[in-house]
Amino acid sequence: MGQTVFEPWNDPDAKPLIQFRNVSKRFGDFTAIDNQSFDIYEREFFALLGPSGCGKTTMMRMLAGFETPTEGTILLGGQDIAPIPPNKRAVNMMFQSYALFPHLSVWENIAFGLKRDRRPKDEIESRVAEMLKLTRLEQFARRKPHQISGGQRQRVALARSLAKAPKLLLLDEPLGALDAKLRQDTQFELMDIQEKTGTTFVIVTHDQEEAMTVASRVAVMDHGRIVQADIPAKIYEQPNSVYVADFIGEVTIIDGTATKVDNGYEIDFAEGQPTLYCQTDKQLANGQSCHIAIRPEKVSISAEKPADRRNILQGKIHDIAYLGNISTYHVKLANGKIVKAQTANTRRLAHRPFTWEDDVYLSWSDTAGVLLER
Amino acid sequence: MRRAALILVPYLWLLALFLVPFLIVLKISLSDIALAIPPYTPTLDLSTGWQGVKDFFAALDLENFEFLTTDDLYWKAYLSSVKIAAIATFLTLCVGYPIAYGMANAPDHWRPTLMMLVILPFWTSFLIRVYSWMGILSTEGYLNQFLLGIGVISTPLTILNTNTAVYIGIVYTYLPFMILPIYAALERLDGSLLEAAEDLGCSRISAFWLVTVPLSKNGIIAGCFLVFIPTIGEFVIPSLLGGSRTLMIGKVLWEEFFNNRDWPVASAVAVILLLILIIPIILFQRNEQKQREADQ
Ligand SMILES: Nc1ncnc2c1ncn2[C@@H]1O[C@H](COP(=O)(O)OP(=O)(O)OP(=O)(O)O)[C@@H](O)[C@H]1O
Ligand SMILES: [Mg+2]
Repeated sequence: MGQTVFEPWNDPDAKPLIQFRNVSKRFGDFTAIDNQSFDIYEREFFALLGPSGCGKTTMMRMLAGFETPTEGTILLGGQDIAPIPPNKRAVNMMFQSYALFPHLSVWENIAFGLKRDRRPKDEIESRVAEMLKLTRLEQFARRKPHQISGGQRQRVALARSLAKAPKLLLLDEPLGALDAKLRQDTQFELMDIQEKTGTTFVIVTHDQEEAMTVASRVAVMDHGRIVQADIPAKIYEQPNSVYVADFIGEVTIIDGTATKVDNGYEIDFAEGQPTLYCQTDKQLANGQSCHIAIRPEKVSISAEKPADRRNILQGKIHDIAYLGNISTYHVKLANGKIVKAQTANTRRLAHRPFTWEDDVYLSWSDTAGVLLER
Repeated sequence: MRRAALILVPYLWLLALFLVPFLIVLKISLSDIALAIPPYTPTLDLSTGWQGVKDFFAALDLENFEFLTTDDLYWKAYLSSVKIAAIATFLTLCVGYPIAYGMANAPDHWRPTLMMLVILPFWTSFLIRVYSWMGILSTEGYLNQFLLGIGVISTPLTILNTNTAVYIGIVYTYLPFMILPIYAALERLDGSLLEAAEDLGCSRISAFWLVTVPLSKNGIIAGCFLVFIPTIGEFVIPSLLGGSRTLMIGKVLWEEFFNNRDWPVASAVAVILLLILIIPIILFQRNEQKQREADQ
């Protein structure tokens, strides 16, 4: 790892595989995709993340050719794809509803696309066998879709879309119905395929952890817009808006007004509470209202007041969420504001240092919080 | 108890309306023709007690069925009926499928209207509709007048009293029976399957043959049987629209009953017809069964 960083989006010479140019899609007077421009590069694993109905599937369907943009153009390899019908595009899609052919067996479903290409029989057979093995469906090859479980159906759909090894693969919630273990295996399998074949993946998921694991870049969507598209670490550590910070992972958002101090800002958020300090390059006006987004795992919790931190708040433990490996403490400040802090459960539950109604101190470093403009 | 009663009702219904009449017909087919009322012997005479029952059964024989094999009119009529029914079913399918397809792909708010139009002809008497076809197809009929009028033909076409007219009549009459089951199958078809087929490299046309047609197969089969089965025994259409050379077993049956007043032979013809029909009926049932299983 780490010889060359894969970041074509930072390379001005890199040619994007897919280019959205001011693309809008309207259904009647409802705007599903709102004037979007962005690039997806070859060999990328591009994840679309967003709440239900924000336009993820619509985006995929435009790439696959089942919807045409109301405005704007989509370029694939520099070529406008609007006039190319779906069957002529080097794009395969895994449908959110799977869309398996009910009259064909699992084997025939996977072979369907290969047969349309009139590939030689033995090549089809070996390719289907490979796909069956990959998705662990060997013993179900002869069954019809209605004779297998939901998770198995999802794997058939995945295998069918992978079989033709297309240049661009669109996966609409490919792993939602799988159990955690199989999902993880399949995620690594997908990354492996991607590495081997160099296929470009666009994947829709509701599972942010999945997006973080597999994606080279994550695009967080809201109401037909991409709010932020960046590498997973940046999406998590440097969200560009409260929406993104709130959507990805757990976060405490504190509203206040900023005052320039040193290399950052002091935020006054409530009467009777100490000000919070946040180091940042951003420029804000004095007295401008803003937010601090702070991840719970960056907040320490202690019984004694820590001496070396600039951000210290006092409160009472209001609630504890036990998640196995970690616990999240919801600490209520004197003004009623809840701040979350997370600790790893390195000890047995019985030896937990804090319990309900304990008075505790919360603290975090100068760089832990993210300052967001309103 | 209530379950048993519930099951009993349809069986009693079948017994009263199908099995009993069938047994009567079967009995007549085993009897001999007689100049009497009813025109056959023996009749069951219970006044003579057990002896009467024995005499009755002793008088029954298979003579009429043997007779059917001696005259080649009958098997030719059966064969011709099956042939006409098969061709007519195929033609109905060719006309009905595109209509059903069009209906299934019409905008939602149009569908009830289109459905209505398909069923509408049932609101007038079947006989009147067949008679009106005579008016359309005859030498001086509307069709010939129209074609002569626009100059496509110079002498009127002879359509009435030919097999062509019979086909037209059958296709017209039985079209709804073909359209409705196919429409039901096509309407349930998930549009994303066609998209998936296209996505995997099918053209629209091959997606139609590889996905739409196989998935409407049960509807096609149901429609074909619903047309084929009643068409074999069809009597009104061949006798009104067909010519003297249109040979169909329904017509033979009718003539046997009403022209020859030979009830026993007519009954034998009917019994054989039923036996011929049992095969497609069983196949039809099996298709329905399979579809129900697939739906679960
Ligand atoms: N054919 C259509 N006609 C009208 N509205 C549509 C159509 N297709 C999608 N929409 C609307 O566009 C919006 C985006 O739909 P889309 O399917 O892209 O959502 P999504 O992000 O994939 O959601 P989910 O996560 O639930 O799958 C939704 O509000 C949806 O109702
Ligand atoms: Mg979707």
